[in-house]
Amino acid sequence: MTFVVASPSLSVRDARIVFGDRVVARDLTLDFPGGRTTCLLGRSGVGKTSLLRWLAGLLPGVTRAQPLAYMAQRDLLLPWLDILDNVLLGYRLRGDAATLEAARPRARALLTDVGLGDRMCDRPEALSAGMRQRAALARTLCEDRPVILMDEPFAHLDAVTRLDLQDLSARLLLARTVVLVTHDPLEALRLGHQVRVLSGSPFSVGSAIEPAGSVPRDPADPVLLGLQARLIAELRSAA
Amino acid sequence: MRPLITALGLLLAWEALARATGVPVYILPPPSRVVVVLIERFDLLIEQAAWTAAEMVLGLVLGLFLGAMLAIVFAASAGWRRWALPLVIISQAIPVIAIAPLLVLWLGYGMASKVAMAALVIFFPVVSALYDGLRRTDPGWLDLAQTMDASPRAVLLQIRLPAALPAFASGARIAAAVAPIGAVIGEWVGASAGLGFLMTQSLARGQTPLAFAALVLLCLLGLALYHATDWAARRLVPWQSLQGE
Repeated sequence: MTFVVASPSLSVRDARIVFGDRVVARDLTLDFPGGRTTCLLGRSGVGKTSLLRWLAGLLPGVTRAQPLAYMAQRDLLLPWLDILDNVLLGYRLRGDAATLEAARPRARALLTDVGLGDRMCDRPEALSAGMRQRAALARTLCEDRPVILMDEPFAHLDAVTRLDLQDLSARLLLARTVVLVTHDPLEALRLGHQVRVLSGSPFSVGSAIEPAGSVPRDPADPVLLGLQARLIAELRSAA
Repeated sequence: MRPLITALGLLLAWEALARATGVPVYILPPPSRVVVVLIERFDLLIEQAAWTAAEMVLGLVLGLFLGAMLAIVFAASAGWRRWALPLVIISQAIPVIAIAPLLVLWLGYGMASKVAMAALVIFFPVVSALYDGLRRTDPGWLDLAQTMDASPRAVLLQIRLPAALPAFASGARIAAAVAPIGAVIGEWVGASAGLGFLMTQSLARGQTPLAFAALVLLCLLGLALYHATDWAARRLVPWQSLQGE
């Protein structure tokens, strides 16, 4: 049983997000409730990733509000490090030997949690795409930051692997403040305590949809499928 | 196997041509004669070859080291890049061969001028390959490192540098292929030992078969240097071996 300190909420006030020459969002005010997963749903190019990068402080001239962990669409594992060292990358980069040593058991436990307990000494190239993304998930969690940003983390995986990873993530991300960007309505509905649709240019954010039940929700649930149909209609009409 | 048969065929044709036309040995010696000289003068040849090999290896090591250092400095510091990079590029307009006599003038007839020459010819390919590799780090890795609060130094040493090793390895292979050129040119211009020196000496005395024998050894040296470097380069980037082979 892990003891999790209450995760803070994340607020955006009157933000202006610019990506290159394009104004992606203007006067954006948005709240992400603490300890919950918020899924941002939108079509490709609407500015989901820009919003996430803005939150992460990765856009030029932007500093992020608080420490966070970031998980991208690609696993971004370093090919010259084994899986365990990849999971510990943040500690290695910050260069504090004591905290690195202290984080080692945690990294091992997380790798066991994601089902890679016996692959810690392998290099990423020896792993399948699903395993690599699980390792990336372990690395994200190992950072142990209260806020986690995820940019279409399962988009590259096949359907079954994606469902498995969604289940795994929902379990491991419990009680953290998560902002997950996706273009897959089913993914948003399975994982999000709250789902918000982004549409238009500059984008506006739709009101919060809060499906019933706990995450990860059953993909065969008729209520969920009904909501999915509604979301798809909303996404299509927004174009 | 095929290239070996091709080479053997060419050698036989050369032998036949030399015998049939009766070309004097000091113009074009038949391969059989070169082999005889190789065996008869083996002690002399191996002594000179060792000298040249030392020049090549030292030049290669020096050139790789200096080139890598400069590439890292360029990647780490915008100031250095702005002030010195254009100069490095312009310096490439000077034919290195033209500098050889100057190097001999400054560093003498001994090994130093040849090592400097070899280092000089490989310097630019190494700087350019590694610097290019350092600039082309996957932006995803850099973003990840930034969210992890990595210092620029940690990013350079732990991400950009290892990520650039494959590029450095290609630079090192090119360097290994051209390093012998530097050493031999240095010897032609002015030397007291080495295979290049032996070639100029024996040609001047009409001992053409000996020059050819030296050439054979030079060729073998070049091949050995290249393959040794290639071997080392593969060990440097083991994570690429699964794709490359």
